Amino acid sequence: MKLLVCIKQIPDMESQFKPDESGSWFEESGLVYRMNEYDDYAVEQAVLLKEQLGGEPDLTVLSIGPDRVVEIIKKALAIGCDRGVHIHDPAVAHKDPWQIASLIANFAKEQHYDLIFTGMQSQDRGSAQVGVMAAEQLGYASATTLVGFTYHEGLITGLCELEGGLKGIVKLRTPALVTCQSGLNTPRYPALPNILKAKKKEIRTIPASDLSRAAALTATTRIFKPEKKGSGIILEGDTSTLADRVINLIRENTTLLR
Amino acid sequence: MKTLLIGESREGRLLNATYELFGASEKLKSEPILFLAGTEAGLPSYAGTLYLADAKKYGEYNPDLHKNMILQVVEKENPDYVVFLHSSYGRDLAPRIAASLRIGQVSEVVDIVDGTFELTCCNARMHRSVRVSTPRAVVTIQPGAFSPIRPGGTPLIQAMQTDALSSIEFAGYEPAGPEQIDLGKAGIIISAGRGIGTKENTALIWNLARILGGEVGASRPVVDAGWIEHSRQIGSTGQTVSPELYIACGISGAIQHLAGIKNSGYIVAINKDRDAPIGEIADALVVADVTQFLPALTERVTKP
Ligand SMILES: Cc1cc2nc3c(=O)[nH]c(=O)nc-3n(C[C@H](O)[C@H](O)[C@H](O)COP(=O)(O)OP(=O)(O)OC[C@H]3O[C@@H](n4cnc5c(N)ncnc54)[C@H](O)[C@@H]3O)c2cc1C
Ligand SMILES: Nc1ncnc2c1ncn2[C@@H]1O[C@H](COP(=O)(O)O)[C@@H](O)[C@H]1O
Repeated sequence: MKLLVCIKQIPDMESQFKPDESGSWFEESGLVYRMNEYDDYAVEQAVLLKEQLGGEPDLTVLSIGPDRVVEIIKKALAIGCDRGVHIHDPAVAHKDPWQIASLIANFAKEQHYDLIFTGMQSQDRGSAQVGVMAAEQLGYASATTLVGFTYHEGLITGLCELEGGLKGIVKLRTPALVTCQSGLNTPRYPALPNILKAKKKEIRTIPASDLSRAAALTATTRIFKPEKKGSGIILEGDTSTLADRVINLIRENTTLLR
Repeated sequence: MKTLLIGESREGRLLNATYELFGASEKLKSEPILFLAGTEAGLPSYAGTLYLADAKKYGEYNPDLHKNMILQVVEKENPDYVVFLHSSYGRDLAPRIAASLRIGQVSEVVDIVDGTFELTCCNARMHRSVRVSTPRAVVTIQPGAFSPIRPGGTPLIQAMQTDALSSIEFAGYEPAGPEQIDLGKAGIIISAGRGIGTKENTALIWNLARILGGEVGASRPVVDAGWIEHSRQIGSTGQTVSPELYIACGISGAIQHLAGIKNSGYIVAINKDRDAPIGEIADALVVADVTQFLPALTERVTKP
């Protein structure tokens, strides 16, 4: 059995973002990068499945991006993926979801994966498109936003998260792609011996232009800080004065603490 | 211009958010038509053409069958836009339609200005303007971003059929968990976000809640981490609350969290980041470290 998990590197969401020179993406220099939160769950689920099947499946981790994305590929290898694929693309931030999906689909097509895991969305762009579009391009069945996953002899039973705490039960057969939501499992931290072992695992680099030259279907024309519309007040200062002011505000604006 | 709106129903009832699609259609200055997988018992108040897929036959969720029927409508009506809600249903189906038609998709749109779409990114810290390069487009709109419009009237129903095969079986809804804590009627809620830092620190939240006579709530990462039980999660995939006082402690203010708290009376947010998006909805944003501020606040409440 062959498994693939797709991961994206994203900046820490608490960063101070500002537009870059092109004006259509944020300035990337000076930001701290890590693995997209939803992809942590995808990696963990893929490794859990490999373990469930006695280690038999061959598990590849793939990331598209500039040189720095090798860091998260190494993390996934330390968690239990067998081999890494780095689709080298310094301009990935300016590609649209369709193009990114084409890179994944074109790579996966030759490899005949039985099951592909992705995150439900990327935190920086949040389009929630890449996984499903890759599945459609491959002609794979797909299920999205999974908070539950079981696998038995080619049959996947998933719990899809809907709104308000409701969940839908879906069944699909491999070859398939699933997108993972937070809470699906408890992602592990890589153990030190595994980090060392991972150093010996292969990471293959493929230039993006070797895989796909699909044209973009959408284009970002501008990125900007949204105007503040909130009408609330901002309180700053030392803790005890702040506490007094908050109590007064609660007294003035609610029926409480009277 | 013509827009195909994809409505939603859940367990036989039309979702009210369907009317937000008409709001988006107006912003696109276009003529709306509607597709709905639903039942005749839950029809929208709208006098135009309704392409109705019988949910009893085709399910409320079946990506392959619904995709096939939506593509039939697209072929017949040739709409300029196909608009979904950015909901579990829309997020799942929209990219399937965009990929089948090979047209651009814009996700989680919050505004439309002269055919350019405005989207949020980076946890609402930034916005993007996006243009679609293809003549037609698939759009998903952020729930709550567009004012609902109820067109009124009775729809002209066109019953949809398909004999397409489905690669995915919908086996029903999972029954709700054992005991649910209902925060819907709580008058005071103190909520913990990831900024609380550790499970131990949630004691600060429980303490304040006890002293104020309120309930404890939490953001999703806090329940995912097991710091507070799942049934206290607030937001689009948790509970919707409307307390007189909501105190958000170390919560950034992601849209999915805000969806659950926007009917609160008075919102106090405590966050060390002055620019946290929660400031957009909070009546008072206290710029402080929660682990220092909460003990001080608790002390003031106990010994005024
Ligand atoms: C389909 C979908 C559904 C979702 N449903 C929900 C939902 O129902 N409910 C929900 O909550 N989320 C939901 N989410 C997740 C949501 O997008 C956010 O990821 C989540 O709300 C963030 O939680 P948070 O604010 O606690 O954490 P973060 O976004 O990590 O924010 C932590 C905040 O704490 C502040 N902070 C850090 N340390 C301190 C300190 N010492 N003192 C003070 N402040 C500090 C930081 O400045 C930051 O603003 C959903 C996501 C998706 C995609
Ligand atoms: N550059 C990338 N490299 C590898 N996988 C990606 C990349 N971008 C997106 N993905 C995958 O697609 C999912 C959805 O991303 P998005 O459509 O951008 O929200 C992510 O969670 C990843 O699993």
